[in-house]
Amino acid sequence: MNDSNTAARQPDVRPAPMQRNAKSANRYGELQAARPMIECREVHKYYGDYHALRGIDLDIREGEFFSLLGPSGCGKTTLLRTIAGFEDISSGVVLIDDKDMAAVPANKRPTNMVFQSYAIFPHLTVAENVAFGLRRDPRSKSEKAAAVDEALKMVGLTGYGNRAAHALSGGQRQRVALARALILKPKVLLLDEPLSALDRKMREQMQVELIKLQRQVGITFVLVTHDQEEALVMSDRIAVMFEGQIAQLDEPESLYARPVTRRVADFIGVMNFLPATILSEDGEVIRVDVEGLGEIELAHSQVARNEDPDAGPMIGFRPEAVSIFPAGQSQTAPRQNGGTIDEVVYYGDMTYYDVRLDEEDGTQSKPVRISMRNVYGRDVSCVGDRGVIGWAPSSLILFR
Amino acid sequence: MKGGGLRAYAIAYLIFLYAPILLLPIFAFNSGTIIAFPLKGFTTEWFGQMVANATLRRAFTNSLIIAVSSSIMATCLGIFAARASTRFNFPGKPGIMGLIMLPLVLPEIIVAMSLLVVLLAIGVQLSIFTVILGHTLICLPYAIAILSTAFNSLDKSLEEAAYDLGETKWSAFRLVILPLVMPGIVSALLMSFTISLDEFIIAFFLAGNEPTLPTYIFSQLRFPKAIPVIMSLGTVLVVMSIVLLTIAEYFRRRGVARTGQKDHGGFL
Amino acid sequence: MSAPRFDAEARQGLAMVSPPLIYAILLLAAPLLTILAYSFFKDGYLEVIREFTLENYRAVWTDPVFHKIMLRSLGVAVAVTLATVLLAFPVAYFLSFVVKPERKALWIFLITIPFWTSYLIRVFLWKVILGHNGVINSSLTGLGLIDEPLGFLLFNVQAMVITLAHAYAPFAILPIYVALEKIDRSLLEAGRDLGESRLMTFWRVTLPLAMPGVIAATLIVFIPTIGDYVTPELIGGGKIPMIANMVQANMLALDNKPMGSALAITAMLIVTVVSLIFLFFNRRFLRVQQ
Repeated sequence: MNDSNTAARQPDVRPAPMQRNAKSANRYGELQAARPMIECREVHKYYGDYHALRGIDLDIREGEFFSLLGPSGCGKTTLLRTIAGFEDISSGVVLIDDKDMAAVPANKRPTNMVFQSYAIFPHLTVAENVAFGLRRDPRSKSEKAAAVDEALKMVGLTGYGNRAAHALSGGQRQRVALARALILKPKVLLLDEPLSALDRKMREQMQVELIKLQRQVGITFVLVTHDQEEALVMSDRIAVMFEGQIAQLDEPESLYARPVTRRVADFIGVMNFLPATILSEDGEVIRVDVEGLGEIELAHSQVARNEDPDAGPMIGFRPEAVSIFPAGQSQTAPRQNGGTIDEVVYYGDMTYYDVRLDEEDGTQSKPVRISMRNVYGRDVSCVGDRGVIGWAPSSLILFR
Repeated sequence: MKGGGLRAYAIAYLIFLYAPILLLPIFAFNSGTIIAFPLKGFTTEWFGQMVANATLRRAFTNSLIIAVSSSIMATCLGIFAARASTRFNFPGKPGIMGLIMLPLVLPEIIVAMSLLVVLLAIGVQLSIFTVILGHTLICLPYAIAILSTAFNSLDKSLEEAAYDLGETKWSAFRLVILPLVMPGIVSALLMSFTISLDEFIIAFFLAGNEPTLPTYIFSQLRFPKAIPVIMSLGTVLVVMSIVLLTIAEYFRRRGVARTGQKDHGGFL
Repeated sequence: MSAPRFDAEARQGLAMVSPPLIYAILLLAAPLLTILAYSFFKDGYLEVIREFTLENYRAVWTDPVFHKIMLRSLGVAVAVTLATVLLAFPVAYFLSFVVKPERKALWIFLITIPFWTSYLIRVFLWKVILGHNGVINSSLTGLGLIDEPLGFLLFNVQAMVITLAHAYAPFAILPIYVALEKIDRSLLEAGRDLGESRLMTFWRVTLPLAMPGVIAATLIVFIPTIGDYVTPELIGGGKIPMIANMVQANMLALDNKPMGSALAITAMLIVTVVSLIFLFFNRRFLRVQQ
């Protein structure tokens, strides 16, 4: 795996987008009703003594844009490669389009792959690269040429056919790799960290293009990435993997808003954690006392798992779930606490404030991160300023 | 200018490397029968004698047969070894590769003597065939070194991509790997050819009564009269080496350009 | 549960490597083992008597001629190695740090050409240069600087060292150059940035990082020089043998194969020990690098 997972853990400082591109209620309905294209049942993979995949159970639906997200070494690439057929599984079953893939080698599977390095054949031209998989295709030469032209057009490389492949830029190689795979009309397109080698601007542009392309061809896409933002932007559903297991499989919004474990919450976006004490618990509510926030009643639906039992219960909330205004300014939030600004990080459209919350005993909590959209006419507060923090109990998650 | 002193030193070093070799054409075209200054006059007589010499022609033919055969054998075996060592993990790999590469760090006299002892013991007639066997053995590590570089510079996913696009393992090798390592194969062939052509020790002990160019040269060095002819032969050999190396370098560069790598320069 | 794929890969790898492996076993390992066995056998007239004995080794190790020749071989090889490596380092440094990237291939090409031109002829040319009627003597007499040809030029150890140093000169440059090329240039800038002079940066950063190349160069020159056969024959006039000539003489001229084998094995052991010492240094430097 290439990048260190620190890149994934400290994503881009801007919060992940809540609104996804090309989202439509219609698409969700269709996808939910769609039959599974890939089914993994109890898939295990060992390398010698190393247990790389620890019982993967997974359905990927037909026509879905699916992401495998996790830090390096979590097994996401191994899982992708077992689907492609490059790795044999030690036990379990992989079905693609209802067929058991156990005896089907990679070259006979209805999948095609876009490699992390793109694997563009350097001794061939762009057109020869795209036509590579058509060698055994019974169609005539001119029909194949037309298919190549169409594939190149689809990825925006019309007229590049005669270029030498090794002279292309990173983004262009990526497009050739896409055209080369899609021309074979696979049932599943597998993408192994396809955007990691691109610079940031190019990456964002390709994200949008990939979404559009997937909508256009309707093929099931399975993307491997360590970049949580990329997964949130592009996917219909995401499987978050740690240590060879799937920790959570959900739609992006649910993953972001309702992580099922503390580790998932920590991996996706930024989350503040404050130590909490559970006061009482009944069938309806859990009453907790939180450092800096005071006593709160939470519903059972707001509870997630904390993998580290020694850490004790924690309350988690996203930076944008809380707001801060200068002291004295009126607020509408249901709950309000005082606090002191410890650090100000200015990002143009956003400002991050690290704020220490006042405790009843006169001390202050450890700093929590609060993000505020910078609105015209509102001043950015300074370090040391007092502020009022507004929040609602419904935006909190209890990890225990 | 930066490194001016170093540059002067490097140029002096090059002159030191080439100076003795430059004597070859000087005396090859000198009409004096003794290799000494001052020069007498210009002649091509020595080249004429060289071409007319039947033993020399036989030695030349033998050397060519040996060099062609052993370079092909060494390169073919080298492809297997280089592919195995760059692409697969198998038990005992360091030991196996160590044994195959051993001639690189073994004095040639040891290789020659031990082969000779065995060949004599099992009663094999010494001939150019036994020289081919020995030359293949010592060319193999060089071929592997060149081919391993060629195989190593290939992204493993190229092969997987071909396989993924529906080719079999063999056709993926033929369509993708082979064309990409072809410059390396040509380099390995030429390099082995040059080594074999120049090799003396093994040819000296394993050829029996068959002359090869180096053993012929060695046998003639005792006779002062034969030296001018040897000088012209040496001139021809040096020119041949330069031509072969230039071709090898051309293929290496083309390989580099073809796969769009950065040129780090040089063999090995 | 073990991984079946590893076994499949191992099988494929072994199958792939088997042709060259079988070749090396038949033509390298078997002959080496044969002379190892021979070295423990007795010598009879025109045959080898298959009886275990350590007599050959005792004879080799107590033979003052062997001592003299082995020491001479070591001395020549060490002198040649020192000369080639010391002379080659500045050239490798120049190639790596001064020559523009696009010119490097040309320089390396120029340096490698003599490396691939007939070794025998290169050695012989020194005889032509240093000989009684050679280039030096005839030039000097021609210029009237000397009356009699200088006799001390040829047929001695110094002449052998010069010849071998010239013959193996290009061998030393390439490994040092490769090691220098691998050095991250920002390390040198860091050295300068941290207040060291150019010279001290070279001493404290460049040289230690180049050591693996220097040691590789040392081995590449040392091993073939110590086993050289041609130079003592041509430049030494056959009167100053080195170990290779002694092995050959025992094996063929004297037809004492067990003795020749014991000599060869002993020589190999000595070369191996010296090489291992170098490799040990190399490993230390490599560890420092990692």
